[in-house]
Amino acid sequence: MTLDARIPSGPIEQAWDKARFDMKLVNPANKRKHNLIVVGSGLAGASASASLGELGYNVKCFCFQDSPRRAHSIAAQGGINAAKNYPNDGESIYRLFYDTVKGGDFRAREANIYRLAEISNHIIDQCVAQGVPFAREYGGTLTNRSFGGAQVSRTFYARGQTGQQLLLGAYQALERQVHAGTVTMIPRTEMLDLIVIDGQARGIVARNLVTGKFTVHIADAVVLATGGYGNVYYLSTNAKGSNATAIWRAYKRGALFANPCFTQIHPTCIPVSGEYQSKLTLMSESLRNDGRIWVPKTKGDKRPPNEIPEDERDYYLERRYPSFGNLVPRDVASRNAKAVCDEGRGVGKTGLGVYLDFSEAIARLGEKTIRERYGNLFDMYQRITDEDPYKAPMRIYPAIHYTMGGLWVDYQLQSTIPGLFVLGEANFSDHGANRLGASALMQGLSDGYFIIPYTVGNYLATNKFAKVGESHAEAQSAVTIAQQKIDKLLSIKGKRTVDSFHRELGKILWDYCGMARTAEGLEKAIGEIRALRDEYWHNVTVPGSGDDLNQSLEKAGRVADFFELAELMCIDARDRNESCGGHFREEHQTPEGEAQRDDEHYSYVAAWGYRGRDAAPELTKEPLEFQYVHPSQRSYK
Amino acid sequence: MKLKLKIWRQKNCKEKGKFVQYAVDNVDPEMSMLECLDVLNESLIERDEEPVAFEHDCREGICGSCGFMINGVAHGPERATTVCQLTMRHFKDGDELAIEPWRSVAFPLVKDLVVDRSAFDHIIEAGGYISVSTGNAQDGNTLLIGKDIADKAMDAAACIGCGACVAACPNASAALFTGAKIAHLGALPQGKPERDRRALSMVSQMNMEAFGNCTNIGECTGVCPKEIPLEAIATMNRDYLLASCKKREDIATDISPVIELTAKG
Ligand SMILES: Cc1cc2nc3c(=O)[nH]c(=O)nc-3n(C[C@H](O)[C@H](O)[C@H](O)COP(=O)(O)OP(=O)(O)OC[C@H]3O[C@@H](n4cnc5c(N)ncnc54)[C@H](O)[C@@H]3O)c2cc1C
Ligand code: SF4
Ligand code: FES
Repeated sequence: MTLDARIPSGPIEQAWDKARFDMKLVNPANKRKHNLIVVGSGLAGASASASLGELGYNVKCFCFQDSPRRAHSIAAQGGINAAKNYPNDGESIYRLFYDTVKGGDFRAREANIYRLAEISNHIIDQCVAQGVPFAREYGGTLTNRSFGGAQVSRTFYARGQTGQQLLLGAYQALERQVHAGTVTMIPRTEMLDLIVIDGQARGIVARNLVTGKFTVHIADAVVLATGGYGNVYYLSTNAKGSNATAIWRAYKRGALFANPCFTQIHPTCIPVSGEYQSKLTLMSESLRNDGRIWVPKTKGDKRPPNEIPEDERDYYLERRYPSFGNLVPRDVASRNAKAVCDEGRGVGKTGLGVYLDFSEAIARLGEKTIRERYGNLFDMYQRITDEDPYKAPMRIYPAIHYTMGGLWVDYQLQSTIPGLFVLGEANFSDHGANRLGASALMQGLSDGYFIIPYTVGNYLATNKFAKVGESHAEAQSAVTIAQQKIDKLLSIKGKRTVDSFHRELGKILWDYCGMARTAEGLEKAIGEIRALRDEYWHNVTVPGSGDDLNQSLEKAGRVADFFELAELMCIDARDRNESCGGHFREEHQTPEGEAQRDDEHYSYVAAWGYRGRDAAPELTKEPLEFQYVHPSQRSYK
Repeated sequence: MKLKLKIWRQKNCKEKGKFVQYAVDNVDPEMSMLECLDVLNESLIERDEEPVAFEHDCREGICGSCGFMINGVAHGPERATTVCQLTMRHFKDGDELAIEPWRSVAFPLVKDLVVDRSAFDHIIEAGGYISVSTGNAQDGNTLLIGKDIADKAMDAAACIGCGACVAACPNASAALFTGAKIAHLGALPQGKPERDRRALSMVSQMNMEAFGNCTNIGECTGVCPKEIPLEAIATMNRDYLLASCKKREDIATDISPVIELTAKG
């Protein structure tokens, strides 16, 4: 198979304009005759549904929560980037483009990123018009801050609740279309399969989570905006319900899965406190602007932090990276925390933690200033740990946060299955091997508000659609398969709970396919995952029935998919014999211990195709070319 | 520590429910209330009993999924805290906690602690937005908005739609939720053109759902995890009254007032 990314030819600055001009349009009167399905109501799904509804299409939007407003996007804290250059500090579309290509460690497509940077400004305008209460200066203009080590202030925010406010804006636009009758919202419903007829995506099989009933939904195109798969690790900063089922089932129907091993680990999360731990809480990265990270110099030093004298502390980031210090990128900060803990110098009762210390900043700036800057984060920390970060340093540890990998899409956001489009975190498109802070919200909204309305139209205008009913054989066979899977999970009646399997799976992945990876470790992980998966299908227990609200059953189906995805992640990580961004292969590092890319052999997108349960997946490569930003070794020394 | 949990169990809205007593012996003070239920549920599943159904997703106090009554208080004893953020260190060894779902006709029970809050979505659908389609926006800095106004809008916009206000209200009124959205959008210049229409349509939708009337008791704001102030309700009533007085013909006016004007303060 060869992959055609459909990147417009010519100068990158004109690519999107050219692509839009070349697209065929759907006659306004014909739009309402097209049925579209959008799965997901996060930033990407809600913005897409609203915008498609506004154009007059007939849209059905699905989510598994009780209301579209609860999608995981709601939890994003820090902010959203745009190239507005309001602070007059040297920002431009080109700089945002440049930083994103470099930040992604040269493993993403230039044309997509350029478009993202271009659209970023329209997103801010659109959200302001919807009433998103972004932070403002006294004079009434929008406020910006710097984020994630960027040298310009390009991040817009609404207190520590940027994701919430952006999502509510998109949700309200969606509800407006529900009112207008263009969008039908179908909550508490899970997509369990994709219906492909004559090579085109023509619908989905969904299960109502309250009644257990299966339904078939037929459409002319299907848009997946189902979020990331970080929960494959069990413990992550994602919402508990976030899952890979929709994209995984699409993968098994023929959509290629790109760069599954590119996952992001966030350095500043509250450490695990016990076995019962159900998720990890992120502390905003902005804390690294004023906090100093350290561990004791000697192994196993159990003294309370205040009793460890200054000369017995190791401010290891400042020591190793004198010019960036505590502000090194996420992947570098995370790996270094792991390294000092592996040496036995970690802090807290589990030894998996490092200090983030504000005492110096408090002495320099006063407690009041620190409270103004980080008050809500300090409160959150105290609420969870019962420790006062104004008095003792915070304890932090890295956690899985975001997945750059996802279904492969071309420039039009279409997967390898015609008529199947993928948006937001669910696709692989814009962040390469590492995502910069505040750019996921930007991408989700860019995809949903400004790209998909054009590209879906082009697809509809250039294809023919045979009349298909819900009773079509392909649709009914997909229902049967989904039903059989549910029946099977209910019938095993083994001895272990779904969560106990999920926790164990997560541990394998975290140990071997987490912050540092080796060929040998990945090999071992693949064996362990397979063995655990076999045990799962013989020994899991799912109480209750399939015809009412059964949360264990929902989880059981998702974890079954996580097993298969976990294996593909390890295969991809093993295959990529280089280190780049969040993918750190211990065999490939510079003498100073930094990630060593291999552009000669690995400057490509790895797109995997499903070939059956026990067959090895097939790798197709999309070569990456860099005409504007030339690959260089990242250095933060 | 050990806790006794008395939990409301009900298979669905048709069958009768009842409290069932469970003992949880290995409660760690650092766990959250939901993690405590996870631990209970794991033990129930191992005994092949159905786990307690409860709604949750973000577990960070922002999605608004979670929520139930603990000893008669919505979201439990801590101020400005959802049950997913409530740590067990606030309870003592041997405590008995009665856990039950939001009780309101407008929120029909789905199962155990899960209720149907779609009435909230209907209220937003009726007019909780600014009508601006994608692509129609001018530059974000064209309309200046003072920091005080932006902050005020943000305070009201912080509502997470959890439903605790309704559950706590003796009348099961949704005035705080509805008022929060009206106050958020009405505070901003972008929201002004539709202010009358928004107040009339959202309030009339609220009245059509099975919520009760607001009599200014104030229980709602006391349990609200985002501390939405009662002022939001006052803003709603003001906008609604003003809009009704204007009797604009382009807006339906066959709506009854939300507030009983003779109510106690
Ligand atoms: C704690 C945290 C903080 C973050 N902070 C920031 C930040 O400051 N800035 C930034 O840019 N990014 C941030 N991110 C990343 C960002 O929030 C996400 O990448 C982004 O919100 C994903 O949006 P989405 O629309 O793609 O998916 P989601 O918001 O995850 O939505 C997925 C939707 O799909 C639905 N769904 C999933 N599966 C199915 C199925 N099978 N059937 C039916 N429906 C389904 C869900 O119901 C949901 O509606 C943060 C992430 C986390 C975890
Ligand atoms: S007003 Fe407060 S209590 Fe009511 S739904 Fe909003 S956040 Fe919950
Ligand atoms: S689970 Fe999201 S607010 Fe509690």
